[in-house]
Amino acid sequence: MSLLSAEDAATAGQSDGGTPFLDVRDLRVHFSTEDGLVRAVDGVSFALERGETLGIVGESGSGKSVTSLGILGLHRRTDNTRLSGEVWLDGEELIGSDRERVRQLRGQKMSMIFQDPLTSMHPYFTVGAQIIEAYRVHNNVSKKAARARAVEMLARVGIPQPDRRIDDYPHQFSGGMRQRAMIAMALVCDPELLIADEPTTALDVTVQAQILDLIRDLQEEFHSAVIIITHDLGVVAELADDILVMYGGKCIEYGTADELFRRPEHPYTWGLLGSMPRADRSVRERLIPIKGTPPSLINLPSGCAFHPRCPYAFRNGIPCRTVVPDLSEGDVHGVACHIPPPERREIFATDVAPSL
Amino acid sequence: MATTDNLLEVTGLEKHFPIKRGAIVQRKVGAVRAVDGIDFAIRPGETLGLVGESGCGKSTTGRLVTRLLEPTGGKVVFDGRDITHLSVGAMRPLRREVQMIFQDPYSSLNPRHTVGSIVAAPLLIQGIPTPQGTKKAVQELLELVGLNPEHYNRYPHEFSGGQRQRIGIARALALRPKLIVADEPVSALDVSIQAQVVNLLDDLQRELSLTYLFIAHDLSVVRHISDRVAVMYLGKVVEIAPRDELYENPMHPYTVALLSAVPVPDPGRRERAQRDRILLTGDVPSPINPPSGCRFRTRCWKAQQKCADEVPPLAELATGHRVACHFPVDESERTARGALRTATQQDALTPPTG
Repeated sequence: MSLLSAEDAATAGQSDGGTPFLDVRDLRVHFSTEDGLVRAVDGVSFALERGETLGIVGESGSGKSVTSLGILGLHRRTDNTRLSGEVWLDGEELIGSDRERVRQLRGQKMSMIFQDPLTSMHPYFTVGAQIIEAYRVHNNVSKKAARARAVEMLARVGIPQPDRRIDDYPHQFSGGMRQRAMIAMALVCDPELLIADEPTTALDVTVQAQILDLIRDLQEEFHSAVIIITHDLGVVAELADDILVMYGGKCIEYGTADELFRRPEHPYTWGLLGSMPRADRSVRERLIPIKGTPPSLINLPSGCAFHPRCPYAFRNGIPCRTVVPDLSEGDVHGVACHIPPPERREIFATDVAPSL
Repeated sequence: MATTDNLLEVTGLEKHFPIKRGAIVQRKVGAVRAVDGIDFAIRPGETLGLVGESGCGKSTTGRLVTRLLEPTGGKVVFDGRDITHLSVGAMRPLRREVQMIFQDPYSSLNPRHTVGSIVAAPLLIQGIPTPQGTKKAVQELLELVGLNPEHYNRYPHEFSGGQRQRIGIARALALRPKLIVADEPVSALDVSIQAQVVNLLDDLQRELSLTYLFIAHDLSVVRHISDRVAVMYLGKVVEIAPRDELYENPMHPYTVALLSAVPVPDPGRRERAQRDRILLTGDVPSPINPPSGCRFRTRCWKAQQKCADEVPPLAELATGHRVACHFPVDESERTARGALRTATQQDALTPPTG
């Protein structure tokens, strides 16, 4: 999608609804543990329209899965978990609303595809029973009708002989088929928001291509909003309209997919792109990894969480260690970095882009 | 057969795992043909990448070559010596020359041992003399792989995934092996850490003139690290070629499909990549009862009767490029399908127009 059409889409969305379909404002999820307070998600905001796809990218421990669980209200509200911020789904706020209400919406209006279908399906029940249950919880229909619906969904996601396979147990399915069955379960109530958490990480590349293709097809068909969470930049480049890069529980760069891949401005995003070997080009001499390791969320570096690993920190006395950079709210491209934008662009053009 | 210029030669290698039935007297009722007659050779100092989907037999191949498994048939020649059926005792001196790096840095290190004793274990078992003491030797190894030598007394749980993988590499290097079999060494790591470990393996190869058999399912990493690449499907090598030749002129339909399925990290080429993609339908058939003839024929868009009747031989179709297919994909078909996706830097970084 080009920049122009992204703006068009945004204004179109504004004119007919006023507010976006999904609007997450300043979401924070903190866990207090014996070792200290874990700020797993610390002030993440984004918006998503129906029919659009948002990619959330980050390494393990960056808070991307916790964000999605926060939206779905899947955190146990104990004394140790603190949620704040607002999640607006189609004009309804979820964080402050009743648990029972969120339960009604979950599965029906919003649903999730988990990473590992073997551990997220119950081994004692048939695949069909699990899909039928998900459907009957939200719809007052007979068992027979629900079964017909489950067969229809299994057929839709490309499982051969769905009327026979519906009575199989999860272990009788191959990895790719289990993931398809998971998708069928997630989509059985026609959700308008679909969150896919690493949906293809456990799969082989040819199966991954099938699943990504399926998600894309189904999105077109049902016009749902999709959030895809992954560490694989290739997968987001395939699917996402907008991309949000997370590091240490915060969003550090947010923009359209085109912007982020062509004119990335945050040194961490540069690092991710430089770390990635490519199958579609002849090889450059060496990869350019990011030094060090991702930080622990208990003991996050002060100031910009990326500063200990950033090759451009402290240029011209920038207060990287002391001041937390805000996400500059550009029109299309937000970056949380202290380096002034013109300088950032110059560093990218002269220093980073030639070696990518 | 064994020429002296190859460090490792594998001919007709087979591994069939028996399936047994019966409570008291176990009868063999079938076999999983995990590896079913493969040939390849590795020259000293080179990296052979072995790619394929899960269940294609690539890890089994790694374990056969290191003789962690007993081959059912075929021949493994290491450094001019037939090691196919060597006994455990006779194999032991050879273990100095062939070492392995494992996939999972969490389960491949004993949590009750310190880093020092983990890395020292191969030296003690093999009785390698260490003139300046074992501790000094281990600390040198830790330094070589980019770890702090002062962490000698720490336990594996005190390290991150990337650091643990470095410990595994240090252990493999302790005996100064000639050949390292690396089974998915980076797939459990984060992207930024993965790049560090890939660079480390590159540097070590150069410094210590190592030879790698690099087993992975990630086609991008394999392209980066390998000199030659072998593609496996259902226990067979279907194509083997020098790296750039394989990625730019794939000839086996399976390789073509596999390469087209890799997501392209460039939204600008998204549509083209999707249009050119060859979606394989269905799943990999069971290795218990593989299809007759060419094993890929059940999912191949070019399959004909001949493919079911005859097993295609691994034939050399271009210099160093061997393909096991009756109807290899040629240049014209590739261009038509657009599987040849060569992008220049300019292509990827020019600003979008409009």
